[in-house]
Amino acid sequence: MSDIPGDLKFLSSHEWARVESDGTITIGISDHAQDLLGDIVFVELPEIGQSVDAENDTAIVESVKAASDIYSPLSGEVIEVNSLLEDQPEIINSSPYEDGWFYKLTPSDLGELDNLLSPEDYSEVCED
Amino acid sequence: MNKTPLNKSHIELGAKMVNFSNWEMPISYSSLIEEHNVVRNTAGIFDVSHMSVFDFDGFNQVAFFEKIFANDIKKIYKDNKAIYGALLNEKGGILDDLIIYHANNKFRLVSNCSTREQNKQWLEKYAVEFGVKVMERSDMGILAIQGPDALNKIMEIKEIDAQVNTLKSFGCMFEGDKLYARTGYTGEDGLELIVPTQDINHLWDQALELGCTPIGLGARDTLRLEAGLNLYGNDMTINNHPYESNLGWTIDMSDENREFIGKNALLSIDQSKSQKIVGIILQDKGVLRSGYEITHEQGKGVVLSGSYSPTLQSSIGLARVDQGYKENGKVMIRNKVLNIDFVSPRFLGQGKISS
Repeated sequence: MSDIPGDLKFLSSHEWARVESDGTITIGISDHAQDLLGDIVFVELPEIGQSVDAENDTAIVESVKAASDIYSPLSGEVIEVNSLLEDQPEIINSSPYEDGWFYKLTPSDLGELDNLLSPEDYSEVCED
Repeated sequence: MNKTPLNKSHIELGAKMVNFSNWEMPISYSSLIEEHNVVRNTAGIFDVSHMSVFDFDGFNQVAFFEKIFANDIKKIYKDNKAIYGALLNEKGGILDDLIIYHANNKFRLVSNCSTREQNKQWLEKYAVEFGVKVMERSDMGILAIQGPDALNKIMEIKEIDAQVNTLKSFGCMFEGDKLYARTGYTGEDGLELIVPTQDINHLWDQALELGCTPIGLGARDTLRLEAGLNLYGNDMTINNHPYESNLGWTIDMSDENREFIGKNALLSIDQSKSQKIVGIILQDKGVLRSGYEITHEQGKGVVLSGSYSPTLQSSIGLARVDQGYKENGKVMIRNKVLNIDFVSPRFLGQGKISS
């Protein structure tokens, strides 16, 4: 777990959020999460324009073994989804922090960032 | 939790371990899809020592199996061969599915892990009538080596008897207490080695050195699903009879005088009306899972086993449905209605299906 990018904030349920330079938020799942899930074969993403609430389920990721809900680290409006995942969901396995992002949103309350875990605190969650 | 004699090896190989019916078992070592493909293309090795093994002693073993087994043991009892079938209760409900091996005048039975105690009690209860003694062989482990290269790899293992090479599908032979059988649960050629636990580490290590890849229970499940093989507890339970579980072919009533347990109940079932297990392929994106509801023009059904098929590269499943289905139907996945094709459960023989 030494290679978690330092600019990410986490939910204990393994989703990450990154504040981009334009103020939008990118959301994905952690390397630890993709490893737990195993080979990912399908992702159901939210709709563009959809309002999402922090800590509510907004996406579904299916590995060969099982389906898992993905929770949004922040509230806001979805402005973009990663269309690459439709045909190549396995990118989440190979690049969970970069090419395997799920969706972007314009945040409605940046104060929610304070509720999220730092990379160090998230690492501890993974070790438990 | 119970551990197989190979537990330490699995952990050293980096396996993800899970609790499977109170046994700590490897679900995968690396990528489940890669493990799956290894078995389809070359050779993989599975530790399935959690399965239950029973041996028997006494004079009336054939009569005993004729009574408790819905398939007819007479098909194999003069040969060195294995037979698949079901253990039924008086109502025709499936207690378990299992394989009985016969070679060198000995029978050995292998059944599922979660049904061990039930089966032991059931077998012992009826064995008494026939003067048969049931011996649970918890000192046995099982290795399955499966794939198109499996037999070649096995024949390179020094202590394996050269006769193993001559076994035909479902053929088997004892070498002392070791049973070698050309059976499996993957739809591929290969062998199952049912051997004393003291011998298993050495066989496992040699197979790995010869290039067999360790395969976890995750790929075992996708492999068996592609082969259309039922999983007890998923695709059939004690509440199902064989005709609604794709096991009608294992019910042998050709000997009219044979009174096996469950026979009378089966005779009262109208097979033209009972549900059937059918293969399904999802035509839209998504993954079929157990419990999803199905509809077709003349009835409904439910998904029993569902997963992603690495070979077909789409989602497949087994479903129990009302009769009258044609080629297509619908499945409900998270409030969305998606399209499925009904096919034979033997997905493998059908190549890549697209329509």
